[in-house]
Amino acid sequence: MPKWFMPLAALCGAMFAASPFLIANAPYESTMGLVQKVFYYHMPSAWMFLLSALVCGVASARYLATGVVRHDHTAQAAAELTVLFGLLTLVSGPLWARRAWGTWWVWDPRLTSSLVAWMMSCAYLILRRYGGPGSERLAAGVALFGMANVPFIYISVNYWRTIHPATSVVPTLPVSMGLPLWFCVAAFLVLFVLLMTMRVRLEAGRSRLDALHLALDE
Amino acid sequence: MPGFVSTVRHIVRKDCTVEFRSREIAYTTIFFAVSCVLTFAFALVREGRAPEGAGEGILWATVTFAGTLALGRTFERERQAETLRALLLAPVPRSAVYVGKLVGIVTLLFGMELLLVPLISLLFGAPLLRHPIWLAATLLSGTVGFAAVGTLFAAMLVRARSRDVLLPVLLYPAVVPVLIAGVRGTSSLTAPEFDWLIARFWLALLFAFDIVFVTLALWTFEPVMSD
Repeated sequence: MPKWFMPLAALCGAMFAASPFLIANAPYESTMGLVQKVFYYHMPSAWMFLLSALVCGVASARYLATGVVRHDHTAQAAAELTVLFGLLTLVSGPLWARRAWGTWWVWDPRLTSSLVAWMMSCAYLILRRYGGPGSERLAAGVALFGMANVPFIYISVNYWRTIHPATSVVPTLPVSMGLPLWFCVAAFLVLFVLLMTMRVRLEAGRSRLDALHLALDE
Repeated sequence: MPGFVSTVRHIVRKDCTVEFRSREIAYTTIFFAVSCVLTFAFALVREGRAPEGAGEGILWATVTFAGTLALGRTFERERQAETLRALLLAPVPRSAVYVGKLVGIVTLLFGMELLLVPLISLLFGAPLLRHPIWLAATLLSGTVGFAAVGTLFAAMLVRARSRDVLLPVLLYPAVVPVLIAGVRGTSSLTAPEFDWLIARFWLALLFAFDIVFVTLALWTFEPVMSD
C-alpha cells in the first residue's frame, strides 16, 4: 500500500465518526424535520455514484483504445463502487422521499435514470463474472453505455418537471447546513479514493498471480 | 477494398438472401411476438376492456422481447456457420459490418411492428393508427435505438459464455431510456387531444438517443470485436 494510505484511512474514519455530530447540530429543515438529515449522506453518496460511473466509463474507453490492463483494473474497481454508492443512494433516497413526497418511489426522470445506471453497473459485473475469457473487453463496451447515462442523470432535474430537488439547491443552502454537507462530501470522497486504491491494487495483484500461474503451466 | 456503402449493401443483401431462403428468424420472431401480445391480452383484458394506455406499453414490451430473440438468433446463426469470423477477417471497415447487421435487424423488427400495430389496436382497443406517419417515425427511431445497442451487444457476446442469458441482462438496462421515450411518444399519439409539440419532443429525444447509441456502438464495435 502507498505510504499515504493508512493516514488517509485514519482521517476517513475520524471524518465519518465526526459527521453525525455535525449533522445533529445542523438546523432542522422547516417542512421535513428530522428526516431531511438523510440528505447529508444521500447527496454525497449520489455524487460518488456518478463519479464512479464516470471513472468506470473513462477507464473503459482508455482500455479499449490502448489495451493497457491497468485501465481495466480501474474500470472494474469503479464499477464495484458504482454498485456500492448507487445502492446507498437508492436506499437513502426513498427514506427521505417517504416523508417528503409521501411515497417511497416515483418513476421520475432522476430516479429512473439513476436506477438504470445502477442496473448497468450490475450488468457490467455480471458480464465480467459469467462472460468467460475475454469478457473484460466486452464489459468495457457496456461501461461506455453506462457512462452515457451520467450527464442525463445530472441534468434531468433541470430539464424535466420533477419532484426531485434541482441541482441549484446546494449553492443556496445556508452555511449552517452547507458546512456539514461539504464535510460529508469530503468524507465520502476520501472513502472513494481509499476503496479505489485498495481495489485497483487487489486486482493488479490478482492479475500478476494469474500471469504467474500461466507461466508455471507452460 | 470495397467502400463503406458497398459493404453495408452486400451484408444486408447477404442477410436478406439467407433469411429469405430459410425464413427461420422472421417466422420465429413474429410467432413469438404474437404469442407475447396474446399472453398480455389474456392477462390484462377483462370483459373486452384493457387498462387505459396498456396497448402502447405492450407494443414496446413486445418489440423488446421479440427483438432480443431476433438478435440472439441472428448472431447464433453467424456463430454456427463461422460467418461472423469470415466477415471480420474480410478487408472491409468493421463499422460497415456493424451498420450492415444493424440495417438488417431494423428492417426485420420494423416489418414485425407493422404486423403488431393492427393486432394490438384490435385486441386492446388502442387507437394506434390515429396518426400513422408520426407512429411510423416514432417506431422507426425507437427501433434504431434499440437495435443499435442490441446489435453491438449480441455481436460481442457471440463468443461469451452464457450468452443467451447475458444478452437481456445487458441490453434491457441500456435500452430503458429508448423504451420510456417510445412508450411516452406513442401514448402522446393516442391521446384524445393530439399535441404535436409533445409528440415532436419525444421523437426528438428518440433521435438524440439514436445518435448517441449509434456513435458509441460504431466506436466500440472495432475494439471489442478485434480479439
